Amino acid sequence: MVIAVHNLSYSFGSGTLTQPVLKGVDLAIHQGEIVIMTGPSGSGKTTLLTIIGGLRQALNGSVVVLGEQLVNSTERTKVSIRRQTGYIFQQHNLLKSLTALQNVCMTLEMQHDLTESERSCRAQKMLEAVGLKEWLHYLPESLSGGQRQRVSIARALVGQPKIVLADEPTASLDRQSGHEAVEILKQLAKVSDTAILLVTHDYRILDIADRVVELEDGMIKSA
Amino acid sequence: MSIINVWLFPARLAWRQLVHDRPKMIAAISGVLFACVLVFMQLGFKDALYASAASMPLKFDGDLFLIHRQSEAMWRPAQFERSELIRALGHPAVAEVIPLYLSLATFKAMDTQVKRTLMVFGYDPDTDLLNVDAIKSMKVALRVKDTVMFDEFSRPEFGPVGEQLKVGRNRTEVNDYKVRILGVFQLGISFAADGNIVTSDQNFMRIFPNRSMGYIDVGAIRLHPGTAIQPVKAELKTLLNDFVKIYTYEEILEHERLYWENAAPIGFIFNFGTVMGLIVGMVIVYQILFTEITNYRFEFATLKAMGYQHQYFVRMVFASALILAILGFVPGFVLSKGLYYLAESQIFIPMPMTLEKIVTVFMFILFMCATAGLLAIHRLKSANPADMF
Ligand SMILES: Nc1ncnc2c1ncn2[C@@H]1O[C@H](COP(=O)(O)OP(=O)(O)O)[C@@H](O)[C@H]1O
Ligand SMILES: [Mg+2]
Repeated sequence: MVIAVHNLSYSFGSGTLTQPVLKGVDLAIHQGEIVIMTGPSGSGKTTLLTIIGGLRQALNGSVVVLGEQLVNSTERTKVSIRRQTGYIFQQHNLLKSLTALQNVCMTLEMQHDLTESERSCRAQKMLEAVGLKEWLHYLPESLSGGQRQRVSIARALVGQPKIVLADEPTASLDRQSGHEAVEILKQLAKVSDTAILLVTHDYRILDIADRVVELEDGMIKSA
Repeated sequence: MSIINVWLFPARLAWRQLVHDRPKMIAAISGVLFACVLVFMQLGFKDALYASAASMPLKFDGDLFLIHRQSEAMWRPAQFERSELIRALGHPAVAEVIPLYLSLATFKAMDTQVKRTLMVFGYDPDTDLLNVDAIKSMKVALRVKDTVMFDEFSRPEFGPVGEQLKVGRNRTEVNDYKVRILGVFQLGISFAADGNIVTSDQNFMRIFPNRSMGYIDVGAIRLHPGTAIQPVKAELKTLLNDFVKIYTYEEILEHERLYWENAAPIGFIFNFGTVMGLIVGMVIVYQILFTEITNYRFEFATLKAMGYQHQYFVRMVFASALILAILGFVPGFVLSKGLYYLAESQIFIPMPMTLEKIVTVFMFILFMCATAGLLAIHRLKSANPADMF
């Protein structure tokens, strides 16, 4: 089990303005499993993902990721989880002043034991794996939407994380390139036995999942 | 290895982001450059002022010097009785005393007839009080009535005296008194006086009829060779009246310099200019760093979500500041060097570009950029990854 969420609650705001978003979420994901989460807009999918990714501090319930409790955790724990998970954002969120290769290297620059050439070599291989061999030295602005999202997939995977969290990765892509991107993600994840939790509204990509769950009314339902 | 990476990576990212946004980088560099040039010029003028102010006693050949305690600086001395200087002769270590008479006077340029103020030195030429060879070699001629020598390094408004002498033009007026110029020497000017002439003590009295031999401006004392100066100074101090002050050669230079640094408001003006330059530069760099952080806050949040920590971004901001400091300083230095040269050749103020000055200005610029960075860092707090995605 790489992700074990139990009875997680989360609210925005305080006092009378408190808005409960997650109301007792239970979710368990095994190593290498690909889980798609759907649910209406505003149901709290992004909130849940940011908690699991160590970006947001939850105070009630239990969220164990890679053996670490994230509820009421220290900054150190959260940073450690962030480094061990690959996060794919709805917008590609690439650094616009860096080339594709440099963007992917940013993940590896946190690992100080690698040499510059090792980093560059690994990043290059990963970009080749997502089909961007010819585009290593292009800035994001000169890539298409699908290519950018594939760079961000490469960025998320190059650190060989045990978990990938993806928040509507195909939302800003056309059908064709969206499907391509997710297909690449799936293949690479299967090879490295990486678990994926992918949020989407896009019913055309449900077929890549081992399991589909739905977040509704702040609770998980198996679809 | 690791400690290098800790700074290298954020610095490299900072550099890539700066280079990516050229116009903004150029704006920031211009700000630093501006501050740099301003500070160089202020310091240059200030040092030139002090150096040239102190240059008046620079050629004095003596061991100890008496001036009236009310003499703030040599360009406006208070006179005291010559007898006070003569009394110093009572000390066995004193070999010789030399009275020096000083006054500002107008000098009529021989070609334009325009009158301008310069400094007149009057002393017995036989004493060689000014250690300037050109004057020493004329000591006999200088004893002739109504003769003077002219400082070639005076401002050009006094006319090309050296050339005029070669074609036989040597008569003009000092303090509306007709004199003959015997020749030129090289001393150098100060902010207080635009030029210098030297004459004998006898001639000095003729040029300034209301002055008398009995009241002097500076008293120079020469000791027997090999005498320790400090003990004699202390003994003379008890011997002489309180209204005179006694200085060694180094001290009288220092006294002149301190006058300009403290008593005259001029030093303050230059310091003020320096501070203003640094503040303007800092505000510009701060503005650039601030908008930079604002523009890049999504990227910072992304990096935070990947596991980068606050310290990394702090280092990035400081690295940006350092890069801007260096990139602004280099052209700023080159430009300032050119301006120094211009000042030396056009307004005849000595402005040496010393290593000390270069280091000082670089430190100022570094400090300025670091402060701007420090102020901009608080903007980083707004990059909270959870609220951005
Ligand atoms: N930073 C925030 N502050 C306050 N309310 C928020 C914030 N982020 C999200 N919300 C609210 O929480 C609810 C769930 O948001 P979100 O997790 O983004 O839903 P989803 O991703 O499923 O569309 C929404 O009603 C949204 O308005
Ligand atoms: Mg969402």
